[in-house]
Amino acid sequence: MEIKINDYILAIITLDLKKVSGGGCPVFLAADEEELHKTSLYLAKVTGGIVHDLENGILIVCKH
Amino acid sequence: MEEYLIVLLAATGAGFINRVILLRSDYRQYPSYPHGHLTHLALGFIAASLGAVAVVAIAEPDYVAVTFLVLAAQQFREIRNMERETLSKLEETKIISRGTDYIEGIARVFEARNYLVIFTALITGTVVQISSWPYALIAAPILIIASNKLMSGKVIGDIAEIKEAKISFEGAMLKVEDVFIMNVGLPQNREKIIEEGMGVIIKPKDDNARLTLDSPGQRMAIIHDVAAILGSKVDINEPELTPSARKHVDKGYLVFYLVANEPDINYMIEIIKRVPVIESSKGAALSSYFGRKAAD
Repeated sequence: MEIKINDYILAIITLDLKKVSGGGCPVFLAADEEELHKTSLYLAKVTGGIVHDLENGILIVCKH
Repeated sequence: MEEYLIVLLAATGAGFINRVILLRSDYRQYPSYPHGHLTHLALGFIAASLGAVAVVAIAEPDYVAVTFLVLAAQQFREIRNMERETLSKLEETKIISRGTDYIEGIARVFEARNYLVIFTALITGTVVQISSWPYALIAAPILIIASNKLMSGKVIGDIAEIKEAKISFEGAMLKVEDVFIMNVGLPQNREKIIEEGMGVIIKPKDDNARLTLDSPGQRMAIIHDVAAILGSKVDINEPELTPSARKHVDKGYLVFYLVANEPDINYMIEIIKRVPVIESSKGAALSSYFGRKAAD
């Protein structure tokens, strides 16, 4: 049987590290909006996840 | 033998023709393979001959044979298992799955159709046995039409109103009318959804309908049928454009959104209207006393 990670945050991509702390997944710091979206797109494609926008400069990649 | 030959031929023929007519390969894409057809036609033929032989066995009379026929009829229960297993296996490799409720419904239909075939053969055979063979030409069409009518269950169009709905974004939240569907993080995906996405609102007509549409199995069936015909832009590992159906928790209606390969909203509405109401998802609140009381 295949075991997968589901309903879990796989990565956090942020413009501001102060807004994120701890957690069980990697945090990526982006310099600007463009890098933020690009990094999250790549991470989503690699992990097969979905990008969600928390609308405070933080994007998360989740798997559902 | 001569007299029974006509009974057998007429009854088996009527049953088999019924099975052929009931075996439609439609948009549900099942069965769409020649081998699948053959399997069901062969089983249909066996079912028809069972019904036919039963008449002769009773007329003879040979009650041992009748008992054996009843045993043989049990075999048709296996059809449901067979269908369920095949469809569940296929489900693993589907991007948009049918859902177990839909599979169970399809499997039940396949089983029930064989009983209809037995019934058709039995009645036609009896008619020929009691009167003469020309009466089979009257009995068989009536039975065939009746079983086609009986087996066409309700569709979503009967229990709900379907209208086009507006897709919009509130920040990153995708909304169809006033229901939030999901959070879409990437701007390019948002643009794509706004440009190519189609939304509909499915308003249940009564409490039973609301319960039916509540069931995830029924929603999966709707999503599957629409995506099976209009196509969907979801791909493996790219789940962002996954079609989904969400309900308005207070008002009870369902909204549905899809990014289709063939963006044609009118056909989408027509397709949803024709999605069958899944037997196991059917709400029946209004048939209970308190359900009726609570509804008003």
